[in-house]
Amino acid sequence: MKTSLAKLFLVLAVALMLTVPQVSMAKELNGDLEIFSWWAGDEGPALQALIKQYKDQNPNVNVIDATVTGGSGVNAKAVLKTRMLGNEPPDSFQVHSGQELIGTWVKADRMEDLTFLFKEQGWMDAFPEGLVKLIGTDKGIWSVPVTIHRSNVMWYIPANLKKWGVTAPKSWADFMKIAPKLQKEGIVPLALAENWTVNHLWESVALASLGADKWDALWAGKLRFDSPDVVKAWELFGNVLKYTNKDASSLSWQQATDMMIDGKAAFNIMGDWAAGYMSTTKKMSPGKDFGWATSPDTGGEFMFLSDSFGLPKGAPNRDNAIAWLKVLGSKKGSDTFNPLKGSISPRTDSDLSKYNAYLQSASADFGKDRVVGSLAHGVAANETFMGGFSQIMEMFLKTRNAKAVSMACQQLADKAKIGK
Amino acid sequence: MREASRDRLKAFLTLLPSIILIGIFVYGFIGNTVWISMTDWGGDGALALEPTMNFVGLANYSDLFTGFLSSGFRQDLVNAVYYSIMLLVGAIGLGMFIAILLDQKPKGEDILRTIFLYPMALSFIVSGTIWRWLLAPQGGVNVLPTYVGLPPLTFQWTSSTKAILEFNWQNLIQIFLYIASFALILVGLWILKNNQKRAVKYWLGPGIIVGLIAWFGGGLFPEALFMEETHGFNLATLGIIMATIWQYSGYTMALYLAGFHGISQDLRDAAMLDGASNASYYRHVAIPMLKPITISAVIILSHISLKMFDLIFAMTGPDNAQTGHPALNMYMTTFRANDFARGAAIAIVLFMVAAMFIVPYVVSQYRQRTKG
Repeated sequence: MKTSLAKLFLVLAVALMLTVPQVSMAKELNGDLEIFSWWAGDEGPALQALIKQYKDQNPNVNVIDATVTGGSGVNAKAVLKTRMLGNEPPDSFQVHSGQELIGTWVKADRMEDLTFLFKEQGWMDAFPEGLVKLIGTDKGIWSVPVTIHRSNVMWYIPANLKKWGVTAPKSWADFMKIAPKLQKEGIVPLALAENWTVNHLWESVALASLGADKWDALWAGKLRFDSPDVVKAWELFGNVLKYTNKDASSLSWQQATDMMIDGKAAFNIMGDWAAGYMSTTKKMSPGKDFGWATSPDTGGEFMFLSDSFGLPKGAPNRDNAIAWLKVLGSKKGSDTFNPLKGSISPRTDSDLSKYNAYLQSASADFGKDRVVGSLAHGVAANETFMGGFSQIMEMFLKTRNAKAVSMACQQLADKAKIGK
Repeated sequence: MREASRDRLKAFLTLLPSIILIGIFVYGFIGNTVWISMTDWGGDGALALEPTMNFVGLANYSDLFTGFLSSGFRQDLVNAVYYSIMLLVGAIGLGMFIAILLDQKPKGEDILRTIFLYPMALSFIVSGTIWRWLLAPQGGVNVLPTYVGLPPLTFQWTSSTKAILEFNWQNLIQIFLYIASFALILVGLWILKNNQKRAVKYWLGPGIIVGLIAWFGGGLFPEALFMEETHGFNLATLGIIMATIWQYSGYTMALYLAGFHGISQDLRDAAMLDGASNASYYRHVAIPMLKPITISAVIILSHISLKMFDLIFAMTGPDNAQTGHPALNMYMTTFRANDFARGAAIAIVLFMVAAMFIVPYVVSQYRQRTKG
């Protein structure tokens, strides 16, 4: 009995040995691939779909899915930084495109230039030119964008607005007319949540007050933060804050959106992951159960943020990581991931039939609107500025002093070398 | 003689591994943090494999205390001080009260003891999340009155923006003088009983003079900032203080209960024979005897409150100036804003404050032991 078992193993082993050379002749990848991201929770299934696609193409690669939970990557980024400082980079990691990537990782010379991959895969034409510029510097292109989200969206429930007899405001002046009326009826005009959502609201208000040209000039270092234009933006922001809920800082963004869904609040300015939350978690139908408009005074402007993956220098399994980036940038990969995640594809040729009504409208806007970068989500400014800005925001919430806060912003911008 | 020195050698060799390990992993790294805090490591290229670091001396520290952009840190520091004091008073007071009640040997004492000690067994993240729900503005504690037909409370336990006991950071020097004068007078009153002359000459006199200088010379001192900046006790911290007291009063109860049990029954009987009431037994006999326990409770609680991170993070998240704490600020400055040098400086400031509590304790312990 034992000998026959041993013989069987021997035969199996020989059979295996015979297949091995064939495998290596087909140049298949093997070994590990460690992907570092903060896509757990609601976004988990979308990432798993991508990993499955990768596994279908490269069955011999063992994919290590290293996720660290925490919204916007608060915890993941800290873990990643300690790993990189200890020189143990993962094979590929998630990062917000723009200055968060460039300021932290490219300036520290920790990323590989991906221009070769963009040329080889024909991505130079597949992605919009403006986007490629934002994820690159004059020295190269540093990451493969996977998602596009929009920041300046105002959400509402059409049925509720009808009941209250108001329409979605096109400008902040309109909003100021509607808001006192709503407040009198005990409805919060604009639902707000914890600190980062306040920053999020600020960028929509500031874009409205400054306009796209001055917004870009601000981040290019050509417009000073203590200039009257920016002070005016802060003053408008202070006026808007008067119409928000007082318990904001103890709410999560979902709770603020819930306030709007439950009819306690009229509007909510939030990125378009709110559409994913309402349509997937709350089973509401876009366009019918909930409606959207660009946030006041920002029609024709698309404030974007984007998740991307890069290739760190010294990645232990570089070939596997490059194969992963190819999946991410491909049309199939992009159209698998984004409908599940609730974002649009950065590619200009994506198959819109796979997306829901909101995403289709966002995609159409992305094609024709003026695209500007988000501050709260890492496109416009580096992490030194973003970290300090959160503290300045707390200062404003306490003092409501537009002038002092503008001065503080300029000091911070000097320190963070904005536009240099 | 030789026997003794051989013993010493053996003791030294046995201790050597831990001396080396502690030397490297505790003191070595403290030293390294001090060094980092005196450089300009941060900003662009902070995460390079070989980041450039230039020595800048105490610039990071002076920026923390007087820089325009660091008002968040100063509020956090003020918060931490108020938080420590409230926690000490609350946890020790409540713990002692429960211990005295349990010392009366009620029925089911051991079950009650376990119940009161149980919160200690929870991690701060768990209890923080529970308290976050309990103190939610439109739920939990605030809706309790509605069960008896009263209107709900509207206090925002963890997000109120109100502050009391405010002072102006501009007058930093004046404030320090007041604190110094207060401390001197306090020590003076302490010694007054034993050594009147010394107390007046070295403590009370100087204390009063410093206080007067601060009082009258207020306007003459250079101002720390160019604009007014008020800091105070944020009422939003109350929620956090409540949660911490809930979690730690069981611990102080256990400390005191052990102490009470250690006092011999004879002593209690003697006090009772002399006509002491229950209250005066605790007031004049039991609690003074437990001074060492009180001191160690103060030391332990104060350094816990100065290092508090997880509870606050779970209850109010990373950016909430109302309930901010230097430990959270240190983490965000270091790992979000990539400002490693400033983060190190905050860590050292916290370390110094904690040392202010612990070093005198260690010194007095050491003195007592060498005396005894």
